[in-house]
Amino acid sequence: MEGAHRPGPFASASAWIVAIYLVLPISIVIPVSMTDQRFLSLPQETLSLRHYATVLGSAEWLGSIAQSFWIAVASTLIAVVAGTLCAIGCWRISRRSTDLIRALMLLPIIIPSIVYAIGLYRYFARLDLLDRFAGVAIAHGVTGIPYVVITVSTALAAFDPRLEQAARGMGASLLQTLRWVILPRIAPGIASGAIFAFIHSWDELVIVLFIASRDVFTLPRRIWDGINENLDPAMAAVAVLLVLFTLLLLLLDLALRRRRDAR
Amino acid sequence: MAPAGQRQTGWWLLILPAFLLMTAFYVAPIAQVLAISFTEPQPGLGNYERLFTSESVQRVIGTTLRICTITTALALLLGYVLAYRIALAEARARRWWILVVLVPLWISVLVRAFAWVTLLRRQGLVNQALMESGLVAEPLQLVWNEFGIVVGMVHYMVPYAVLPMLASMREIDPRLLAAARGLGAPRQTVFARIFLPLSLPGLIAAGVLVFIFSLGFYITPAILGGGKTLMVAEWIGLQILDLIRWGLGTMMATVLVVTILATLAVFSRVVDLRRVFGSGA
Repeated sequence: MEGAHRPGPFASASAWIVAIYLVLPISIVIPVSMTDQRFLSLPQETLSLRHYATVLGSAEWLGSIAQSFWIAVASTLIAVVAGTLCAIGCWRISRRSTDLIRALMLLPIIIPSIVYAIGLYRYFARLDLLDRFAGVAIAHGVTGIPYVVITVSTALAAFDPRLEQAARGMGASLLQTLRWVILPRIAPGIASGAIFAFIHSWDELVIVLFIASRDVFTLPRRIWDGINENLDPAMAAVAVLLVLFTLLLLLLDLALRRRRDAR
Repeated sequence: MAPAGQRQTGWWLLILPAFLLMTAFYVAPIAQVLAISFTEPQPGLGNYERLFTSESVQRVIGTTLRICTITTALALLLGYVLAYRIALAEARARRWWILVVLVPLWISVLVRAFAWVTLLRRQGLVNQALMESGLVAEPLQLVWNEFGIVVGMVHYMVPYAVLPMLASMREIDPRLLAAARGLGAPRQTVFARIFLPLSLPGLIAAGVLVFIFSLGFYITPAILGGGKTLMVAEWIGLQILDLIRWGLGTMMATVLVVTILATLAVFSRVVDLRRVFGSGA
């Protein structure tokens, strides 16, 4: 657009400074992870990948990575199924009561995890779910529901309700309508929700600190112990691998969104 | 109307799994926290009395409110600068600027705290650089105090500040700004008289959001505070895990939840959580 109002030099310069503040500290872990020294520092003489070798050759780190991955998969499954169905139900019924239900589903984002974590610590002790794969998967699944409800609701807002009415009018059952009319149209929204629910579980630490101790020792938990006990360059290597993984998931999400917008 | 009623039942059934999961595994544990605060160690309001009598309880609340206020103010300032730039950018550049916000938003909070420790600790990169350049003789105490907490928390919160502000800034009609410029208003006047007032709802929404997120923050303050500066969340964890004082811990947790919900209720008309995450990209 010609003659559009563009930011002035001062606004641009300050925005650059903020951008550098946001991105630079995170990227510092890349050179540090390739240091040739035994302690956290920038590379002195050569670049070295030995700290990556340490991490990828350690049964403990690999075990935690696998455990985190499977917990994230299980909890994403819970969050996606429950969250998607709930968002569709709320969208279709759309009354005051469903607005309340949607608000209820957002609680895990609003209420600090520490409050949930201490509650769960006591609650799971009675159900014998402490330090269990199932316990952590349920906790992450339930707290992942909001991300799915939000993205699916956004996708549904762009969906023409008359399509659903037409399908039902022509005799399709509720399940058929779901399977053939609604779900295909909101698939990108569901995928976005799944990615966010996955990242949520993959990165989650506070709940894990309280409801898991020995048998379940996720990646964030191992990083936490590493930061508190021995700050060595292997931690930086783990951090870089984590950042790369998150970036990959985000790019996947952006690609999905672009495809949806192009439609 | 029987078939219509039946149809509705079907849709309600879709809501059921999420509702049951949420009630059994989210609401119930939280309700238990609220209940314990009134029943342990003995039934009554004894735990809440500590809000008025215990100096350590008051100190933690004071520290938390101070750090959260500073964090919110700084995150709003930095976030506004970024959101302003993004809102006025061309479509192509905008995509890159949004990535600058989204990438940190989704990178693990642990990784970010670790990066700050690497930079700010005594033998860290910042102190090394300062010493080598001769600017300081002694390493500065940049972390394991309130300064470190604020640096890390602001870093975490800026993206959360940007998203609601950006959503509201993008609703501002760009023709208004172009018209004001065309009529001869200098840049500062366009900003102060048109852009700023119109972006105010987003600014308030962002402020509320960042403030309530900061209140219950655990990981960043725990790592960058080094156990010396306690905020509410870490203090609650300490009561439960190390001191086994459930009554006191759950009391503080209840106060935290009530404060957050009350703040949200007051500002419910300007804060739309769905918009924050829905407009994420």
